[in-house]
Amino acid sequence: MSESRIVALTMPKWGLSMTEGKVMEWLVEEGTDLSLGDDVLDIETEKIANTFEALDAGILRRQVADPEDVLPIGALLGVIAPPEITEDEIEAFIVTFLANYVPPEPEEEQEEGSGGYEELEANGYHLRYSKMGTGDKVILLVHGFGGDADRWLFTQQPLSSNATVYALDLPGHGQSTKNIQDGSVESLAKTVIAFMKALDIDSAQLVGHSLGGAIALKIALIEPELVSRLDLIASAGLGPEINNEYIQGFISTDSRKEMKKLLQKLVADPDLVNRSLVNDMLQFKRTDGVNAALKTISTGFIGADGSQSDIMKEELHQLPMPVRVIWGNKDEIIPSAHAESLPPNVEVKLLDGYGHLVQLEAASEVNALLAS
Amino acid sequence: MARKITYQQAINEALDQEMAKDKSVIIMGEDVAGGSGGDGEMDAWGGVLGVTKGLWGKYGDRVMDTPISEAGYVGAAVGAATAGLRPVCELMFIDFMGVCFDQIYNQAAKFRYMFGGKAETPIVIRTMYGAGFRAAAQHSQCLYNMFTAVPGLKVVIPSSPYDVKGLLIQAIRDNDPVIFCEHKVLYTLEGDVPEESYTIPFGEANIVKEGNDVTIVTVGRMVHQAIEAAATLAKEGVSCEVVDLRTTSPLDEETIIESVENTGRLVVVDESTPRCSIATDISAIVAQKAFGSLEAPIEMVTAPHTPVPFNGALEDQYVPSPGRIADAARIVMGYKV
Amino acid sequence: MTANLSVEDLLDAYRTMKTIREFEDRVHVEFAKGGIPGFVHLYAGEEASATGVGMHLKETDKLASNHRGHGHCIAKGVEVKGMMAEIYGKKTGTCHGKGGSMHIADLDTGMMGANGIVGGGPPLACGAALAAKMKGTDGIAVVFCGDGASNQGTTFEAMNLATVWKLPVIFVFENNGYGEATPSNYAVSCEDIADRAVGFGMPGEIVDGHDFFAVHKAFAKAAERARAGEGPSLLEHKLDRFFGHFEGDNQNYRPKGEVKRLREEVCCLKRFGAEVTTNHGVDQAQLSAIDNEVAKLIDEAVAFAEKSPEPDLSALTTDVYINY
Repeated sequence: MSESRIVALTMPKWGLSMTEGKVMEWLVEEGTDLSLGDDVLDIETEKIANTFEALDAGILRRQVADPEDVLPIGALLGVIAPPEITEDEIEAFIVTFLANYVPPEPEEEQEEGSGGYEELEANGYHLRYSKMGTGDKVILLVHGFGGDADRWLFTQQPLSSNATVYALDLPGHGQSTKNIQDGSVESLAKTVIAFMKALDIDSAQLVGHSLGGAIALKIALIEPELVSRLDLIASAGLGPEINNEYIQGFISTDSRKEMKKLLQKLVADPDLVNRSLVNDMLQFKRTDGVNAALKTISTGFIGADGSQSDIMKEELHQLPMPVRVIWGNKDEIIPSAHAESLPPNVEVKLLDGYGHLVQLEAASEVNALLAS
Repeated sequence: MARKITYQQAINEALDQEMAKDKSVIIMGEDVAGGSGGDGEMDAWGGVLGVTKGLWGKYGDRVMDTPISEAGYVGAAVGAATAGLRPVCELMFIDFMGVCFDQIYNQAAKFRYMFGGKAETPIVIRTMYGAGFRAAAQHSQCLYNMFTAVPGLKVVIPSSPYDVKGLLIQAIRDNDPVIFCEHKVLYTLEGDVPEESYTIPFGEANIVKEGNDVTIVTVGRMVHQAIEAAATLAKEGVSCEVVDLRTTSPLDEETIIESVENTGRLVVVDESTPRCSIATDISAIVAQKAFGSLEAPIEMVTAPHTPVPFNGALEDQYVPSPGRIADAARIVMGYKV
Repeated sequence: MTANLSVEDLLDAYRTMKTIREFEDRVHVEFAKGGIPGFVHLYAGEEASATGVGMHLKETDKLASNHRGHGHCIAKGVEVKGMMAEIYGKKTGTCHGKGGSMHIADLDTGMMGANGIVGGGPPLACGAALAAKMKGTDGIAVVFCGDGASNQGTTFEAMNLATVWKLPVIFVFENNGYGEATPSNYAVSCEDIADRAVGFGMPGEIVDGHDFFAVHKAFAKAAERARAGEGPSLLEHKLDRFFGHFEGDNQNYRPKGEVKRLREEVCCLKRFGAEVTTNHGVDQAQLSAIDNEVAKLIDEAVAFAEKSPEPDLSALTTDVYINY
């Protein structure tokens, strides 16, 4: 009976390719009474460093993992339990857990619906996507310029606890087709619509980040019946200003140093940009066709004068579904000022102290908003 | 999608994708298909270790078996490169460079300079190097230092399936002469390799493992020995940074220097013989440019100043092992003035 | 075959040979004055060989030469002023002063380069021929070798490869009787280099290298064979050089008076002049006019070379790579 109130803190799975993480530092001591969302420990993965936030409330009874430990996903990090649980019971719990724990085999992750990558053809493009979770509620996550489905590293799994969550690689990005004919927001929107129809999705909550936001908004305007609710995160398409120097720099650079500096503009905390992230971006850009695709897409939403060319702000008021706009107020790519003076049907949430990649930097806050 | 294929499959894939893309890319070498002119099977071997198998079937007379005459056909590849083709010429074993060295270092390497900037010689010479197969002294050497010393040549030494595909595509697209060195022991190594074509620039070293206590600079197969040594040392509380040079010409000095400035200690690992090697080259550069950051003398881990022995136990001793690399790291860690 | 050569063709041939002769004789003089750095290897005496071949070559055909390459360059159409400036090591030289006499190349006119390595050319020419064949053109490649190069392993390998791959390449051996300071009677294991052709599966022919017409006729056959896709040929031009192996060579290995006698008795220019004025309707006046033009051209070339600037010191490190 009492064992069910003992909760294992385990290594989270951030993103489809994560197989292990490195414990960097405990941020709370044993005995701390944790609330939901409290910062518990810093973990570094191949892709990114992040703070693991409490998914459960209770007292941190034991720190099991030590700094510098590299552990596979699902491995035991710590134990949370109410004060009545005895030390012996904690000890027994740990022993049982460790005895039964089997690190996941890589093959297991490829099962459909459990988060493995899949592919389909839509609107003439070959698209890669992943699907997590089950349930009638469907959420579709659309990343932004230069990103891929991994922009939702900290989003997809948490939301999948009570919904079917899709994340796709847009054309020209990730592992989807790089050969882009029409890079306009409208064309990309039509591709995502075709993607939804290929999966028999009648209606979904569309969550779009940056350029993905403009695409999601375009979809809501073209085929509103497909969109049950619209979440626009640091979105393009709501005003003219954009950091075109960043966009052009991202397209043209081939140097590690420069790429690191550019990526640091995406976040408020520059230390989040580690070597792996820089390498991943460079590897992406060094794939045949990528730079040409990025160039084509950039001209689809940025004009020759360096400002946004496809602005849909004036049409927001006509949207029938609930609309929310989320922004970090330290966004250096698209100014958070675009979240101001929006029509009354739009709910606005400004998150203090975060940059453009707010869904990564403030994951639990954003996830809480998206789930509500 | 990325999937697991071997180093040699990655080479084959790079050749295949570039030949499909550009008709001026041709392959020539001894037995790159095998069977030419006979009554048996065509593409009988596809290269002595099967690396080019299947390409003759797709590209026909763009995959050319050569007589055993390295000077003749390497020189022909050089001449063809100046006349508008993009040959990927195979020198079966780097040990055979002796019979065609003139064509490489006096002709190909020097045309651009001697002819006042007007020549373009976009040739790739792929060649196998390294010990471990009990192939003995004339089939097991690491002679990339000889090519590295020649101005006008680029020298590429990939350590992984991902790297070998990207670097070979880069080499084929590069308009300068490139010597592309493949360690024969790595051919069966598996790794994640994207299906798409991609490049990796020359002159960019790869930090395969980050660390703060010792910098281990190395290249080719020795990268894997170094990673193994680093794992052992991690248990002793020593954090190693392993730098894979990828290309010795051009050389990414900046990454090496930055790493040494951070760790203060350097171990250089090179499978070749010690004199006038990549090991001595890197050591001299660091001693000159990062002297102030060094907290210990530089340690070099190389083969001995001998030919490669035939006997298995002797050959295993010849090749730098993770144990010897770890010992070198312990020496630099334990150094007191 | 002379039916194919018009008076204009003959005057062109004379102009080319005369230009080579004047060029080389003048370089000999200027070198002795101390104005020219390094090594030069002069072609005087061998003009008919380069010219008779060159007249069959289009700009897209390729020519690989050797250290004694000035004549081949001129016959292939490389600009004379640039050549002289290159020999002087000047910025305005064909190779901007970076190559010198032994490495003059002009890829735009199909001149693959003089070569400082004996036997360096044959494999390269095979490559150029391979490129022409792969591209489906009727382009050919010619490589000039000496009697010295006829013994190099690279030459044998290239000849074998040329036949195995049926390449449109022609091996022209200019046998001038001396490989550096060693007579070919000693160094070449057979009487006639042309006899080696059969060993490599290609036709071989001995040609009087002092006779422009003989050279022109023999090469026509070889070129036609190559362009028709029938493979390589070997031509042995028996001829003489009037200067040493290099300038500064005491030539003690030659019998006394040999060069003087050769200049009088076998000079290809004298023979050509006599033949065309006698049998082909050419006026001596036309030839003399060419003599004057050529003399002027060479004077201008030398003046140009002397006045031209040295390369900037920064040229030391340029053009090692296309990009690094």
